[in-house]
Amino acid sequence: MNAASKIIRDDNVLVSVRGVINRFGDQVIHDGVDLDVQRGEVLGIVGGSGSGKSVLLRTILGLQRPTAGQVLIEGADITAMSEKQLLAVKRRYGVTFQHGALFSSMTIADNIQLPLREFYSLSQSTLDELTKLRLNMVGLPLSTANKLPSQLSGGMIKRAALARALTLDPQLLFLDEPTAGLDPISANEFDQLVRYLQDSLKLTVVMITHDLDSLLTVCDRVAVLVDKKMIVDTLSGIMNNPHPWIREYFHGARSRGAAT
Amino acid sequence: MLSAELQNNTLSIRLDGHWTTDQLATIEQALASLPTTPVAAVVVDCSGLQHSELAPMWLLRAALSSLAANGARIDYRGGMPEHFAFLDELQSHTGSIAVAHEATLLWPEQVVASFGKRAVDLGHHALGHLEHFGRIVATQVEAARHPQRFRIASVVRHVFETGIAAIPIVALIACFVSVIIAYIGASQLRSFGATIYTVNLITVGVLRELGVLLTAVIVAGRSGSAFAAEIGVMQLNDEVDALKSIGISPMEVLVVPRVIGLIIALPLLTVIADAMGLAGGALLSKWLLDISFSQFVNRVQDAMAPSTFWAGIIKAPVFALLIGMIGTYRGMQVRDSSRELGRLTTTAVVESIFMVIFANAIFAIIFVELDF
Repeated sequence: MNAASKIIRDDNVLVSVRGVINRFGDQVIHDGVDLDVQRGEVLGIVGGSGSGKSVLLRTILGLQRPTAGQVLIEGADITAMSEKQLLAVKRRYGVTFQHGALFSSMTIADNIQLPLREFYSLSQSTLDELTKLRLNMVGLPLSTANKLPSQLSGGMIKRAALARALTLDPQLLFLDEPTAGLDPISANEFDQLVRYLQDSLKLTVVMITHDLDSLLTVCDRVAVLVDKKMIVDTLSGIMNNPHPWIREYFHGARSRGAAT
Repeated sequence: MLSAELQNNTLSIRLDGHWTTDQLATIEQALASLPTTPVAAVVVDCSGLQHSELAPMWLLRAALSSLAANGARIDYRGGMPEHFAFLDELQSHTGSIAVAHEATLLWPEQVVASFGKRAVDLGHHALGHLEHFGRIVATQVEAARHPQRFRIASVVRHVFETGIAAIPIVALIACFVSVIIAYIGASQLRSFGATIYTVNLITVGVLRELGVLLTAVIVAGRSGSAFAAEIGVMQLNDEVDALKSIGISPMEVLVVPRVIGLIIALPLLTVIADAMGLAGGALLSKWLLDISFSQFVNRVQDAMAPSTFWAGIIKAPVFALLIGMIGTYRGMQVRDSSRELGRLTTTAVVESIFMVIFANAIFAIIFVELDF
C-alpha cells in the first residue's frame, strides 16, 4: 500500500502540487511541497497552527500564486494560467471556507443560487428547484431557504456553505476545517454527510482538518504539513510515522480517545 | 439533448448527449418545451445519454414527476437515468417540507401597514436616541466621579482624528465658501455703491452661521460615518460583546471618548474655519474691491458685535454632541450583516447632517428672540 501510493498513473491524479515554495519576506512557509490528490479519494490535510495549511489551500485554489513551483489541476498548470483560463478551472471545484463565508446580506437561497445566476440565465422556478436539490443534498430543511446566515446555527451554516459549494456540480471539493467549532454530534453528522456525498457522486475531496475523528472516519489518506514539507501516507502509515510532531499529534493525550 | 414525441396518448422522450450542469440553460428550455397536457404514459429512453450531472437530472426528475402528478405512468427504457436512484434516496430522507409563505395583504392594507410600521419604528428610534443620550450622560457622570475611568488617551486620539486631521479640508472649504459669498455679495452691493459692506456680510455670515455650519457638515460626513462604521464592524466581530463580557462598558470605551473628543474638536475646528473664512474674504476684498488688509481689519471690528463670534462658536458643542451621538448610536445598532453596516452608516451621516441644520434653525429662532 505504501509503495503503491507512490507510483501513480497520471490520469488518476486530479490535483498535483509540485515543489511549491511560498515565502513572505524572509519567512518561508512552504519549502518544496509535493502532493498528489487521486480521483475519488478523500484526502485530509493536517498540520500545526501556522504551518501554512490555509496558504497551501489558497495556492491550490489559484487565489494566490506561489513563489515557485506548480499546481496542476487535471494536468493543467494553474500557476501559469491567465485569469480567464483560471476562471474555467474555478468553476470545476467547490470550496467551503472555515467560517462558512456565506454572504451575510443574502438569504441562504440567494447564496446557493449565486453561482448559477452568475454563469447561466435561468428562470426563477428552475433556480428554486435547484435550490431545493442542494438543500436536500446537505440535509437542510427547505424552510432555511429564506433565512439569513445570521439566523442559522454553526452546523447549519457549514451545511449551507457546502450546498453553495456543490451548486455547479463540481467533481472536486475543498473543505477548510469543515467540522471546526461544531459539537461532536454535529461534527460526526457532517463527516457522514461528506462521506455519503463523496460515495454517491464519486467526488474527490480535499479537507483541511484538526478533527482526528474526521481523519479516522472520512479520510482515505492523510497529508501532514511539517517542517515546511508534506508527508503523505495512508492513515495507518502516518500513525506509525516516526516524526516527533506526527507522533505527538496522533499519540498525544488529546488523540487517545479518538484513536481507540 | 432531448426529443419528445406524442403518439396514442403516450409521450416518448429520448435523451442524448451530455446533460451536464454547464448546459443548464439549454436543458431548461428543452424541458419547458415538453407538453403540459395530461398524457396516459411516458416512456423515457436514456440509452443515448452519455454523461449526466446532478442538477440537470434533478430538473428532469421534477418535470417527470409533474407529468406523473397529472396521471401519467412513467416507464424507463434502457434503465433508470443516472443519479435518479440517488435523488430518490435524497427525497426520501427529507420528504417534502412546504416552505411557509407570509400571508399577502391587499394594497390598501399594505399602505396602512407600512405607515403604521414606520410610525412605530420612528417612535422606537426616538426612544432609542433618548436612551443612548441618557447612557452617555450617566457614563460621563460616573467617569467624573471616578477619574481613572475617564479614558483620556482615547479622547485625545479622537480629538486628533476628528479635529486635527480635518483641519486641511475644513480650512479649504471655509476659505472657498467665504470667497463665493464675498464675490456674490460684492456684485450685488456694487449697484448701491456699498461695496464696503461686503466686509460686514462676510464677517457676520461666516462668524455667526457659515463657519460652524460648514464645519459641522464636513465633520458629520467624515467622523459621523467613521464612528458608525468603526463601532459597527466591532459589533459584527462580536468585539462589543467581548468588551461587555470582560466587564468593560462599551459606552465608556467606545462611545463616550468619541463624543467627548468631538465636543472638544468641533469648536476648535470652528475657530479655524472662522479665521480661514475671514482670510478668504480679506484676499478677495483686496483683489476685487481694493480694500487693503488694514482697512478690512478695521471694518471687521466695526461689523462685529460682542456676541457675533460667540453666537457661532456656542453652537459647535451642541452640533458635536448630535453628530457624535447619532454616529455611535447607529454603529451600536449594526447587527448580522455587511449590508446593515452600510445602511446604518449612511443613516448616521444623513441624520446627523439633518439634525445639525435643524438645530441651527432652532438656534436662529432662539437668538432672534433673545436679541443675541
